[in-house]
Amino acid sequence: MIQLSEKNMEYTISKTSWCPGCGNFGIISAIKRALEEMGKKPHEILLIGGIGQAAKLPHYLTGNVLNGLHGRTLPNATGAKVANGELTVIVTTGDGDCYGEGGNHLIHAIRRNVDITCIVHNNQVYGLTRGQASPTSDWGFVTRVQPHGAIASRFNALALVLAMGGTFAGRSFSGDQEHLSRMIQEAVRHNGFSLLEVLQPCVSFNHINTFAWYRERVYDVNAEENYNPGNRAMAFEKALQWGDRIPIGLIYKEEKPSFEEQIPVLRRGSLVKQPALGKDVLRSLIEEFI
Amino acid sequence: MVDLNVKIGGAAGQGMQTIGSLLGKIFVRGGYHVFAIQDNMSRIRGGHNFIQLRIKKEPVMAMTGGVHFLVALDKETIEAHAGELMSTGLVIYDAEAIDFFSDKPNFLNVPLEKLAREKGGRQIYSNSVALGSILGLLEFGEEIMTRMIQQAFTRSKEVADANIRAARAGYEFARQNFAPRWSKRIKPEKDAHRMLLTGNDAICLGAVASGCKFMSAYPMSPSTAIITYLAGKNERIGIVTEQGEDEIAVINMALGASVAGVRSMVATSGGGFALMVETLSLLGVSEAPLVIVECQRPGPATGLPTRTEQADLHFVIHAGHGEFPRAVLAPGNAEQAFRATIKAFNLADRFQIPVFVLADQYLCESYFTCEPFNIDDIPFETSMLSNEELSKIKDYKRYLITEFGISPRAYPMQSKHLVVTDSHEHDESGHISEDAELRKLMVEKRLRKMDGILSQLSGPSLEDSGNASTVICGWGSTHGVIKEAVATLRAEGKDLSFMHFSELWPFPAAKTRETLQNINRLVVVENNATGQLARLVRQYTGRKEMEQVLKYTGRPFTLEELVDELRKVVPER
Repeated sequence: MIQLSEKNMEYTISKTSWCPGCGNFGIISAIKRALEEMGKKPHEILLIGGIGQAAKLPHYLTGNVLNGLHGRTLPNATGAKVANGELTVIVTTGDGDCYGEGGNHLIHAIRRNVDITCIVHNNQVYGLTRGQASPTSDWGFVTRVQPHGAIASRFNALALVLAMGGTFAGRSFSGDQEHLSRMIQEAVRHNGFSLLEVLQPCVSFNHINTFAWYRERVYDVNAEENYNPGNRAMAFEKALQWGDRIPIGLIYKEEKPSFEEQIPVLRRGSLVKQPALGKDVLRSLIEEFI
Repeated sequence: MVDLNVKIGGAAGQGMQTIGSLLGKIFVRGGYHVFAIQDNMSRIRGGHNFIQLRIKKEPVMAMTGGVHFLVALDKETIEAHAGELMSTGLVIYDAEAIDFFSDKPNFLNVPLEKLAREKGGRQIYSNSVALGSILGLLEFGEEIMTRMIQQAFTRSKEVADANIRAARAGYEFARQNFAPRWSKRIKPEKDAHRMLLTGNDAICLGAVASGCKFMSAYPMSPSTAIITYLAGKNERIGIVTEQGEDEIAVINMALGASVAGVRSMVATSGGGFALMVETLSLLGVSEAPLVIVECQRPGPATGLPTRTEQADLHFVIHAGHGEFPRAVLAPGNAEQAFRATIKAFNLADRFQIPVFVLADQYLCESYFTCEPFNIDDIPFETSMLSNEELSKIKDYKRYLITEFGISPRAYPMQSKHLVVTDSHEHDESGHISEDAELRKLMVEKRLRKMDGILSQLSGPSLEDSGNASTVICGWGSTHGVIKEAVATLRAEGKDLSFMHFSELWPFPAAKTRETLQNINRLVVVENNATGQLARLVRQYTGRKEMEQVLKYTGRPFTLEELVDELRKVVPER
């Protein structure tokens, strides 16, 4: 059994079931650091996970938790945020959970632009089920289930955000705490749906895309003088880049009204705090059938 | 005795529902009772659809065969339904518009479109001309007709006035030209203050009365009218509605909203619910309350999308992997649908479970006349901790093991206490655990709630019992037609009573056994092919002897049809 800190006022990381050296450790530390630096209290946070190793993260960090089904976290997050807009809703999910099982929900979460943060731990492989290809596995990636190598082309979430009219696409690397924690803060602060993909090696089942493999390739786009994350065409070019050089950083950001801001009922405040409806309204509805 | 059937048929998109419900409201206001069914083909345009109203001085709750007024907005209506006309029955049609003419005296050629153009200014008012002509033949009174049209079109005086002019033109035309063809005049009485609404309308009112705040759905017949109604009134009623990308998203959004602390509901049909089943299981283990409205239609798979069947009873009772508590309510008419929805929210909230309102196309889309819902004492039951109660708790545990299985419920950010909700087996705090002993305790904790839920359910109702030794039994939407069939046969001297289940799960076995104790003959009537209620009764009461009347054509029972079937199985007194 996992024991949480007796004090709910601070963030602690409890014992995990991740393999030693797993890229997830870098992510959980960076989330903790980001939330602490932002001054968010654990009770103000709702961490939502589905199924997979990334999706277990909410159990290991102090906060409110909704651990649901494989792939279904984004609808859970949408409902929770609509019900209580004061919550900071953070989804921690993996490439299988979010891009595979939950692919349809991702498309529509981007379109809705609900103010939630979606941190996708992308290790390009299925870990919990022991090493099958994931939607982000590179072409030719050999596993016991794909003995001739993965055939389908790589799922490109950043390009999907841009194509679907999304408002925030970012990428970071779990081997760079400084960068990752900064990107998480950017993503949480963003008003709207923010997708932050985190490159994260799986030390047990992916011996190709290792820490060293990523480290050799990643570069911070925001360090480039001419890069403008407000330029969608420029961002699309970066989103398509993969291989010898892999861009990380704030790829795209746009200010648009969030889903919640466009729902008239929510302008009166959080649903959960709205008072019960008066009898007069119900009476008038009944009257309409007479 | 007034017992009139009006059938309005046409192609999809010709507005039969609008004119039918308005006509119904006029009769209801005039002191009559109306029951109406809708019969649609699964098409946007074309096809053949109709709405049929039965109008009676006394309460009416089933459809009879035989048509007194057939309004044919297309030719197909005549081809399909002229054979249903009573000997005195009349057809109202526009020969020019539908390219059909008959010189039979009971075919009344009313220039609907021409009068609509002349008096209303636009052809679309031809339905109002037709409405006016029926009322004109009955001499039901122009005053009440005018008033009700005004009420129906409050948004635009211009549209209201055009419809009124068109209806009056139809009224006068029919009266002047065809009055002798119809002998029976019906006068409105003193204004009656009753509702005319569908089962779906009643479910919506139940949700509003319950304080539902979030409702999601994916469009699917015959449930779509629920989100349509709630979305249309969202600002007035404070409910956020969202159309999900699929039913999986729909139920997961509603679960998210529920965990975050608001009363939530989804509405779908069998196929949509099939997609929701994994999340039903999540509701079970995470103990998140949710109301699921399942409006049945005939399957398997796409089946008959716009028609009716009671074939998902076992599906909703058994759906979901793993063992967890739930409740299934199956209201029999609009009033019951309103009450059942309120009860569903309370059971869900109190026991932290999924609760089904199991309806079907026949209930959802039929119109019922009833007294205005009494809203003085709407119960509100919840297991959600108040802020004050929560502040007294030192170490909050979402899944605290308790005597009756109900754990203290709080929502994220209600206080500094953390609320952990989990799909895995978990410890009391909500975190993943694979401990064998804890697993056993948690399974037992959840299942213990079944006793509490069962104690809240009424058993089958037994009406007109007297000392009858034969019972005609049904569940859900067949309530009205069985009740009226039993009354008809009793009037003939048959020795019968009527038994109805509107709350089916957890199955009220003890109460059912008790009710059936002195019953020699049990006849179970269902709108399905395998007798799903009959199987439950057999399984939970041990009673094997029963007869069954089953209909699975995708159409509801008519009164005569059921009476005939029952005559075959019920002996003389």
